[in-house]
Amino acid sequence: MTAPNHRWRNFKNAVVQTLTFACAILVVTPLVLVFYHLISRGFSSINLAFFTQLPKPVGEVGGGMANAIVGTFILLGQAALLGVPVGVLGGVFLSEYGTSKLNWWIRFAADVLNGVPSITWGMVVYALMVVPHMPGFSALAGGVVLGLMMIPLVMRTTEEVLQLVPGGYREAALALGIAKWRTIVQIVVRTALKGIVTGVLLALARVAGETAPLLFTAFGNLGWAHRLTEPIAAMPLQIFIYAISPYDDWHRQAWAGALVLLMLVLAVNVGVRFLTRDRFRQRI
Amino acid sequence: MPPTTNQTPASGPEQKSTVAPALTVRHLSVFFGGNQVLKNTSLDIAARAVTAIIGPSGCGKSTFLRAINRMHELTPEARVEGEIRLFGEDIYARGVEPVVVRRRVGMVFQKSNPFPTMSIVDNVTVGLRLNGVRQRKLLAERTEQSLRMAALWDEVKDRLHAPAISLSGGQQQRLCIARALAVQPEVLLMDEPASALDPLATAKIEDLILELKKEYTIVIVTHNMQQAARMSDYTAFFYLGELVEFGPTAKIFTSPAQKRTEDYVTGRFG
Repeated sequence: MTAPNHRWRNFKNAVVQTLTFACAILVVTPLVLVFYHLISRGFSSINLAFFTQLPKPVGEVGGGMANAIVGTFILLGQAALLGVPVGVLGGVFLSEYGTSKLNWWIRFAADVLNGVPSITWGMVVYALMVVPHMPGFSALAGGVVLGLMMIPLVMRTTEEVLQLVPGGYREAALALGIAKWRTIVQIVVRTALKGIVTGVLLALARVAGETAPLLFTAFGNLGWAHRLTEPIAAMPLQIFIYAISPYDDWHRQAWAGALVLLMLVLAVNVGVRFLTRDRFRQRI
Repeated sequence: MPPTTNQTPASGPEQKSTVAPALTVRHLSVFFGGNQVLKNTSLDIAARAVTAIIGPSGCGKSTFLRAINRMHELTPEARVEGEIRLFGEDIYARGVEPVVVRRRVGMVFQKSNPFPTMSIVDNVTVGLRLNGVRQRKLLAERTEQSLRMAALWDEVKDRLHAPAISLSGGQQQRLCIARALAVQPEVLLMDEPASALDPLATAKIEDLILELKKEYTIVIVTHNMQQAARMSDYTAFFYLGELVEFGPTAKIFTSPAQKRTEDYVTGRFG
């Protein structure tokens, strides 16, 4: 046991430890910076008018993003109507039915789709719904594109949480003479419900901030959309339009919008944490 | 060596000797893919008696049990040859749904598995509710009756709506027995129902089984020789997928016809 060698080892250990700590800090830094920046630039522009008024014409100060906030929720609602049933049922198929060979291909396709750039999704729906005027730039097209993006996300998380349900519960239910579909609905899905809801919320949070696919589907609207077949405003779109404009007042609104959008996504994430807090304790 | 199969046990407990068998198994073989795990098994399981299935791990005893309520069909590539009749009816006949067989042949598993999202009472009635029974009166009657039969009523009657997973391990297993009894099966299969429990909880389950055999036909897989000797009326010894010997428990444990049976029950192998 020689002292210098020992000291050298301790030194190396300290270096590596510091390095990993620095990297861990580096992960947190952007979040802190983004928050700091958004709050310092955007907080002062958040007021009642921001949530209740329409955008004012260029030159007039004030106004708000009420249409974009409502628009985002309408788009998310439509996306959920499409993405949740298809995604959840697809996940049920992967977990409870299917053959391993077929499942491999479905999983592969879902994973590829999860990696498809969002602008590509936008182009697909643009080609399918906007170009042939079915119904053109519209809330409907925006909802469809976000819903399509949700499907593979929801499907994979649903499959994963269903796989976490111990096989003993399925066997117990089937041994009682309960039909397989009822076993799946009432026992398996019910046991994993919190996990499925979590996956859906995270998928919604994920698509809530999508901008690119909405550019040429929902298109944006400085007023209210009265029908789903009309172009509709959405927060990310409005932020984009405001941010690239030359007007200071619109810039301030863009910061405020970004802050509200981030808060929304953060609220969902915190909510999910809360929801899953005792998920594993319950399982035992 | 051909298995010596006592087709109709003559020296069964006195009051049962005249009763027709609950299950007649003939030339039963079970395959998983190309692998034969149960070979040409024939035996009769007496009604309202306890039949113990013993044998070393991997001898096919769980497979035999699961073939009786067609649970083996959950395993992909599982295949059955031969015949099983439940009170005379072929359970593998064309057009017989496994769901129907399982309502008549209940099962209790090694690991207690009450449904974690449900209360105690919901666990007991789940088999009825999910098979379409709606009458509250009937459900309430069945709950009390099943929990009493499972010797759990006095311990849970004041907290029927508590989560099932708040019960102790032994109580959870008795709850699973109550759940299986609530659908009023004719046969109850038990796959090492006490092997995960402490001695006190095990004793309770054993008392319960002795009580249940007054009304039910029970087939129990066990690794515990003393348990088999204490509780069962008949014992079947399986080895390497073959039924080696079957007969009244007293005979299997005191004067087995086969050397391998004797070696196993006296603890010389397995």
